[in-house]
Amino acid sequence: MDLVLVNLIDGLVTGLLLFMLSAGLTLIFSMMGVLNFAHASFYMLGAYFAYQISIALGFWMGLLIAPLIVGVIGAGVERYGLRRVHQYGHVPELIFTFGLALLIEELVQFIWGRNQMPYQIPDALNFTAFAISGNSIPAYKVFMIFISVAIFIGLLYVLTKTRVGMIIQAALSYPRTVEALGHNVPLIFMGVFGVGTALAGVAGVIAGPVLGTFPGMAFVLGSIVFVTIVIGGLGSLWGALVASLLIGWITTFAKSYNIRMEDILNGIGISTPENLSDSMFRDIWAVTSPQIADILPYILMVLILIFRPYGLFGNRDA
Amino acid sequence: MRKSIKLGLSAALALSVSTAAVFAENVKIAFIDPLSGGFAATGINGLHQFEFAAETLVNAKGGVLGGDMFEILPFDNKVSPKESLIQLQVAIDQGARYIVQGNSSGVANALTEAIDKHNRRNPDSQVLFLNYSAVDPALTNEKCNFWHFRFDPHADMKMAALTDMIAENQDIKKVYVIGQDYSFGKAVADAAVSMLAEKRPDIEIVGNELHPIGKVKDFTPYARKIVASGADAVITGNWGADMLGLGKSILENGFEGPIFTYYAAADGITAAFGESGVDSLYLVAEGDDNPPSKPEAQEYIQAFKAKYPDGNMSQTRITNVIQMLAQAIDEAGTATDVVKVANALEDMHFTNSLWSTADMHMRPEDHQLIQDIHIFGHQKVEAPYDMDNSGYGLKVQYTVENASADIATTCEMKRP
Repeated sequence: MDLVLVNLIDGLVTGLLLFMLSAGLTLIFSMMGVLNFAHASFYMLGAYFAYQISIALGFWMGLLIAPLIVGVIGAGVERYGLRRVHQYGHVPELIFTFGLALLIEELVQFIWGRNQMPYQIPDALNFTAFAISGNSIPAYKVFMIFISVAIFIGLLYVLTKTRVGMIIQAALSYPRTVEALGHNVPLIFMGVFGVGTALAGVAGVIAGPVLGTFPGMAFVLGSIVFVTIVIGGLGSLWGALVASLLIGWITTFAKSYNIRMEDILNGIGISTPENLSDSMFRDIWAVTSPQIADILPYILMVLILIFRPYGLFGNRDA
Repeated sequence: MRKSIKLGLSAALALSVSTAAVFAENVKIAFIDPLSGGFAATGINGLHQFEFAAETLVNAKGGVLGGDMFEILPFDNKVSPKESLIQLQVAIDQGARYIVQGNSSGVANALTEAIDKHNRRNPDSQVLFLNYSAVDPALTNEKCNFWHFRFDPHADMKMAALTDMIAENQDIKKVYVIGQDYSFGKAVADAAVSMLAEKRPDIEIVGNELHPIGKVKDFTPYARKIVASGADAVITGNWGADMLGLGKSILENGFEGPIFTYYAAADGITAAFGESGVDSLYLVAEGDDNPPSKPEAQEYIQAFKAKYPDGNMSQTRITNVIQMLAQAIDEAGTATDVVKVANALEDMHFTNSLWSTADMHMRPEDHQLIQDIHIFGHQKVEAPYDMDNSGYGLKVQYTVENASADIATTCEMKRP
């Protein structure tokens, strides 16, 4: 049963990482009504920039500088790209971000090549923090948990307790009124886009050394981020958090325990066909949970869309 | 008058002969492998190794048939069987008589079938398929044909060598088998289970599992299970990002036993593992120690690294392909009649390899090259014999001589 605790920690790490990506995406969506397809590409840029900086200045400077660069690039994309496309409606915006994602991937391959980058965990964190019955928890994972929790608390504080946060929240729901009151709404949009992409950058910086820094990293994580914000409810920060943790734990536990479809079906009273190898449902009977762990979030998304289309914490009734 | 005509004729004849020598026909070798997309790094590195081998080992030494040069024509198949067949047609139209391909057994299966068909229908433009890396055993068993030659040991031969090494290690009592959920991953798992049962019945398979290919973000849960199972060793056929992710997670989670792999080297993987993989990662392949024993092989690698500083000499069998083809063409006395070349190639005993002093034998019954197979360890290796310029590379730990020389084959070769 010690393994349960270990899996809880592993799932927490995965979930919090997902949260850092989905938090920015859901904020950007609630503000501009745009699904930013290039969001995961900013995550990839974060990892690559941090790798490049870490060669010259070490990991910690990478953690500091790379998200800033990514944020500035993100703000630039909003100011000079999205804002111009915005007047033509949502579809051109979607296509714009989609094209941007492809462009960033090609650029990364052009500059850094197609190989894995040797982006390593800093020596200061390269030890085992503690072990639970033989399963070591690396210090780096503890560090990841702390960084993401700190970011969540910081975001929550800024959004709910500060003047800037209130203006942002107001601009989310009533942009015209906020503008009439004399606030610079386009600037707020640019700021939110910049911060959102910078958050993705932070996620890239701290995930790069453990999940690998390679041109496919945006693609691997990209789709699951959308699933997260749909499950959590578009535009809800709490929803993003809960959905991220939920997905982190579901996939971790599904991979850790060999739950077989045969056992489930037997459990609900369907008996195994005698000549299984000839049965047309053979593949369904043979499925085990680790095999399908990574598609479980998609199944969850479909269920959510059917029974609660606005997501777990969504406040916009569809 | 007559005399002058004779003289003129013979002069013309001499002229035509000499022009033929000047405009000697190049021997065109079509390289059909991924040059764009996710697997391009492997493909482009392979292409460089072929071009370099043709240039240094054949053309710089005067070519074949007293002056014909090897020319490598690159074709991008994007690892798609469909795309490969289109490129095959283009290559044949451009006059290529030799097709080399290696990445993906799916592509190799499509190519070998298409080439068999083409050669039956077009006796005057027949081609040979020199497979340097696709390791599906079927290619030299039920799907074998006269036109296909394989220079890499197939998956079962590699597993036989791996299990030989495991069988001798009495510390290994429990083995965990994990792989990608597709034909190759399954073939590796099946071979591991059946061969271990035969060689060491006391070894317990504590895990045998497949994961989605290219979709897993974080391998930590799998690694937890492997450690929790109490396994002494792990066997995996994973490659690319799946290999790196799995290996890193297993090592980070405190696993201390050996991890036996097929592809845990080069293309950034060696550099990314760095110090953490030392004494843990093992890889089964043909080739030679690093640095290689023959001085000319050392010079060859140095020259290759001078030309391609970011490249890796990761597929040493490529030089065997080029040298054996050159030898077969010279023996056959023709580069265009590929049936003669194939006859020279089959049953060839090749002793000139850069990487081995031993004899390599192209088995006539299935066209599978029999050679020494090594188990390499991920170790510190000095430049330029390291991988990814990382200071780490492959050192031979265990050798099976003439590995699987008598492995059974179901091939029923139909000869033209």
